[in-house]
Amino acid sequence: MATAAEPSLPELAAVPWRERASASSLAAFGRLWTAWTALSVVAFLVPAAVLFVLEPLTFPVGLGCLAHAWVISELYANRGVGVVRPKGPRHRSAEPVAQGLLGDLLGHDARELQRQTGLALEPGRLGVWLVGEAGALLLPPGGRRVHCFCVGTRERELPPSDRIAHLLLALRTDEAGFATVANRAFSGAAWRVRRRLPPGRRPALAAGRTRARLLVPA
Amino acid sequence: MSRLIRMDRTGHSTLAEWTEKGEAGFEAAVEAFRRELDAGCIAVVPEGEGHVTQVTELPAEADLVIMRRPIAGG
Repeated sequence: MATAAEPSLPELAAVPWRERASASSLAAFGRLWTAWTALSVVAFLVPAAVLFVLEPLTFPVGLGCLAHAWVISELYANRGVGVVRPKGPRHRSAEPVAQGLLGDLLGHDARELQRQTGLALEPGRLGVWLVGEAGALLLPPGGRRVHCFCVGTRERELPPSDRIAHLLLALRTDEAGFATVANRAFSGAAWRVRRRLPPGRRPALAAGRTRARLLVPA
Repeated sequence: MSRLIRMDRTGHSTLAEWTEKGEAGFEAAVEAFRRELDAGCIAVVPEGEGHVTQVTELPAEADLVIMRRPIAGG
């Protein structure tokens, strides 16, 4: 990963207004997401409860409120998980070549995991990253929370593994810069992300959580 | 043999190869390298698992130099 002496990610020039990401800024972002989700849920739970107390026959309306609270929190998680779903053309003829290069960049275990799940596991200073074609998940130390980042190259002609390799190389160049350039799509409990992940990608999340549990908070 | 590659629609293309500084292959590699930088690419040198160095001059001693495109938040 980058050190203070190394150059920062050139892409930071495109987002000069953003404060450079750090473990504390990400933790604050996570708390904000949790508070916002709680507020969204409470905003529907309270009317449901009040209506039921005032007039029990309004319970269908209350059930509608409860459904809204559930759907909204699920939509947030779904949006977050969307960053690591396969996107764009598959370019099947070029993919084996790209897969070979990506495999060379990864260690043995990460290479096998990437081929199995489509996500490249990369340990960093901020936590354990799972890098996909158009985004990445970050599991901070402890592995209980997942930050979802939407980020990618604009070149749609690239095969999927090349898109992952682009993100992996940028991440390795400057981890904090990578987290700054990327758009934050969601932050929440790992179990909420796992539930929305396609089954084929869940082993990557499990492996990431295992690694993240071993990390010491910065 | 050192290689300069660019990730592209074919997976990746080898732009130049060289064995040592000063030879014709290296000069061709430097030209290709500058051309890619001018086109907006970013050059990185993988240095083992988990380590990458960003470069703006072609390092003659590097085994592999990769040209990548800029990324952006989606």
